[in-house]
Amino acid sequence: MSGTGKTRSKGANGWLLSAPALILLLLAASGPLVIVVIYSVLAKGDYSGVRWILSGDAWFRVLFEKDIFDGTVSLADANLSIFWRSVKLSLATTLITFVLGLPTAWFIGTRPKTTRALWLFLITIPFWTNLLIRTFAIMEVIRNQGLLNTLLIKIGLISAPIQILYTDTAVLIGMTYVYLPLMVLPLFAAIDRFDFKLIEAGYDLYASRWQILRGVILPIIKPGIVAGCILVFIPSLGAYVTPRVLGGGKNMMIGNFIELQFGQGQNWPLGAALSTMLLLIVLVSLVVYTRASTRGGPHG
Amino acid sequence: MARARSFDVTTLPGFAITAILAFVLLYAPIITLVFYSFNGGNSVNQWGGLSLKWYAIAAQNEAVQQAALRSLIIALWAAVIATAVATMAALGTTRRGKFKGQTFIYIVINQPLMVPEIVTAVALLIFFSSVKIATGYSGLGYLILAHSAFCVPFAYLPIKARVEGMDTSMETAAADLYATSWNTFRFITLPLLLPGIIAGAMLAFITSLDNVIITEFVKSAGQDTLPTYMLGQLRRAMTPEVNAISTALLALTVLILIIFYFVTKKRD
Repeated sequence: MSGTGKTRSKGANGWLLSAPALILLLLAASGPLVIVVIYSVLAKGDYSGVRWILSGDAWFRVLFEKDIFDGTVSLADANLSIFWRSVKLSLATTLITFVLGLPTAWFIGTRPKTTRALWLFLITIPFWTNLLIRTFAIMEVIRNQGLLNTLLIKIGLISAPIQILYTDTAVLIGMTYVYLPLMVLPLFAAIDRFDFKLIEAGYDLYASRWQILRGVILPIIKPGIVAGCILVFIPSLGAYVTPRVLGGGKNMMIGNFIELQFGQGQNWPLGAALSTMLLLIVLVSLVVYTRASTRGGPHG
Repeated sequence: MARARSFDVTTLPGFAITAILAFVLLYAPIITLVFYSFNGGNSVNQWGGLSLKWYAIAAQNEAVQQAALRSLIIALWAAVIATAVATMAALGTTRRGKFKGQTFIYIVINQPLMVPEIVTAVALLIFFSSVKIATGYSGLGYLILAHSAFCVPFAYLPIKARVEGMDTSMETAAADLYATSWNTFRFITLPLLLPGIIAGAMLAFITSLDNVIITEFVKSAGQDTLPTYMLGQLRRAMTPEVNAISTALLALTVLILIIFYFVTKKRD
């Protein structure tokens, strides 16, 4: 039995057994992504769709606009404000979910073994609950006649309901709510492997609690932090349902802007270019993640 | 620095309070939603006493019935297909040592977890719309195909975990006793894998049942599933009917998760 022959048959078996999954995914998930990239460099069709002519027009239109009368080129302010809103809201969502998620993951990770699984289960229920249902639930809370406004009026803090729904704040609250479990789960996974003796050692060396958190805990659970931030940032940036339901049409994010190009906008190449842009951002994030998690591990 | 004997090194200032706050924030909206599904009043704004009225209305609504049926058909097909191909892939990519192209297989299988759903949705819209024109077929097949694909990683991960934790000595023993490779698979490997397969199938089922974006883009006219039906309702005047449908879906999700919890727990 030669070593190479054995490896080849292992590999052949591996490929053979994986083939149905690969075919399915290449047909109905990964493959069509290639079409999107191709469409982004084609010309816009008269009604919808594309004409098979190579064109950089869509990519140009992502950032710039040309005046129809005098042909002057200027930055597309409307697009830029949508990108800026998406990035701003996604970063804010990532930050808030981290501030809330780290203590939550820590709390679960430090429960006694008997109750830990139960607390974790309480995080997985919202995680697996339909995104639309959760968005709808938060909508009921922040509506003008919703729980929050009713409560605030009852306490006497405000006299008339605050308009939260259909604002950027509503989208931010919604995304924070919807994506919080995505932050907690990887953080918990990192904390679960954490050796608490290191904290004891820190205290023995007269470190303050703040120094322990910054100097011992955070560096060690860094791969979990990076994973959590990416898991929240990527879907936030591509969010569609939450801004559509809570932002009410005016407060568009990239996801809704993409949909618009395939609906009323009738500009498939522009929609494809915007989608490709999102894909590139994801790719960069994943490279950052791989770097951070391979370089991570115990500090020093 | 004098310390009490009960000093707990795992305590960090404000962490427990924040965690409890996070749990309250996670559950308060869901509980409100469920509570208002039992509203006897005519709108979400007024409380009209406890009642199952909106459940009855939702159950008798023909559009809801059809959407629910369609959701279940798609989710069942997607779970079966995704689990079947994921089981094979899990067996193919684990326990054989590293082989060339393994990373590629991992990336393709896990790709739906990484790419924003809106991008996949748009890609499928472009692809399937031309297939629809070319073939003239516009049935549920597209939705089943799309759902099966993005459910694969959800089925794959628990099955792969099970394969990795599996003892190979039974299979070796069977092979020593001249069992054919099919019989070894059928009577040894498959039963040992079953908890992982059930877990994977359930996660795939929930993932399909919950999908909004890809379904919204791929569906042809008159192919609403429960989530896309609800999304459409949100644009109109809201009634507690949406709460009732949401609560029913939520109950189904929790039930599946509880079964999942026990199926995966048993192995230890």
